[in-house]
Amino acid sequence: MHDVVNAAANFINLDVMNIVYLFLVGFVGGLVSGFIGSGGAFVLTPAMMSMGVPGLVAVASNMCHKFPKALIGSIKRAKYGQVDVKLGIVLGISAEAGVLYGAHIQENIKKSFGEAGSNLYVSAAFVVILAIVGGFVLLDAWKTYKSGNTQQDEEKVTKLARWVQSINIPGTMVYFKSLNARISVLFTIPLGFATGMLAATIAVGGFIGVPSMIYVLGAPSLMASATELVIAFVMGLGGSFKYAMHGLVDIRLAMIILAGSLFGIQLGAIGTTYVKPYMIKIVMGTIMVIVLFSRALMVPVYMSQLHLIQEISAGSVKALKSVSFGIMISALALGAFIVLRAMWQGRKAQQELAAREVFEQSKI
Amino acid sequence: MSENKVKKKPVGKMVFMGIISIGLYALLLSQQDFLNEVFGKGGAYAFLPIITAFLFSFVHGSFTGDFWTVLGVEAAKKRKEVK
Repeated sequence: MHDVVNAAANFINLDVMNIVYLFLVGFVGGLVSGFIGSGGAFVLTPAMMSMGVPGLVAVASNMCHKFPKALIGSIKRAKYGQVDVKLGIVLGISAEAGVLYGAHIQENIKKSFGEAGSNLYVSAAFVVILAIVGGFVLLDAWKTYKSGNTQQDEEKVTKLARWVQSINIPGTMVYFKSLNARISVLFTIPLGFATGMLAATIAVGGFIGVPSMIYVLGAPSLMASATELVIAFVMGLGGSFKYAMHGLVDIRLAMIILAGSLFGIQLGAIGTTYVKPYMIKIVMGTIMVIVLFSRALMVPVYMSQLHLIQEISAGSVKALKSVSFGIMISALALGAFIVLRAMWQGRKAQQELAAREVFEQSKI
Repeated sequence: MSENKVKKKPVGKMVFMGIISIGLYALLLSQQDFLNEVFGKGGAYAFLPIITAFLFSFVHGSFTGDFWTVLGVEAAKKRKEVK
């Protein structure tokens, strides 16, 4: 074998187990992304790091699989009429700025407080944002479920969204088909920026992007989750190029994950045509809240590394890390399970209905 | 629903794109050392991973899309028809 280790010191050796593992995690991540517009990335980055891939290469390679995946997913969902390309691009551009700013903050924190400080910042962002947004999304889905309106195709536009849509700031108004209204880009810019910042911090911008499109702008859940794929494409393309300029993308890792995730994203996108809109919120909220616990477990580890609390023994750190990773994997697996189950039930209901129609017609 | 049109499944296209996809992945895994060296250079070489990602997504995306269609996993019919 040629010795090219120096040129690619960041790139690990791949064995069959690693390839199968990445393919499978990619598939499940893709399935969830196809359904809720994002997700999966928060598992893939730590999954690669657990194989010995350096953090930055893991982030870069993850991003390089994300944009082609989002592209295929958004094309598929556009066929179902769920994508608002204009809104996706407008939010995507401001999200790109958010990514750059978020990465800049990350670098500064790393410089000032080291690796543990940066990890603590990421985990704290995870916990706070997921608690607030995830809790809200899940509560809203729960209310819909309790009210018995789960069969509705139309969703109520929130008071906040109605207010946003009523504000007229001359020179900044743009019509978006998903909202069926003109809104000021002065509202979309900060939302996109926040999505990008979150993407740079915890790798899943959609946890802010999708809820903000639903609750702040007034987009239907299905269109919000589909449009998030356009944002992910714009953000991912720019981000990948930036990392690739520094030679950090391990194309093998990115393409192997892509192999699995393209199977998944097609299936997840198909799944959205079988479910009622509130299912998007259920899957998203559930994943967000479970992931929150996974990251919260790691907070004491980083705090002890920074000497903010008493030192935790190496054994306990290892145990906490394993449990945290396990919870994260189970969040994704549960999300995938809900998607597949909802899809299965939807298909069954449709087949039964079709069979009944054929039966009725044969009677006539 | 009265017209029960049976759509032809894209088996041929799936097999064709599947073979190209397998070929691309075989190339990727057999040329790892070379790829790591060139793609890891950075700078203007940044275009390489981006172009590769687009190429793989086009070929493999088309294959995976047809894969589910051939298996019979397709989008729900429009609700109006279902009713």
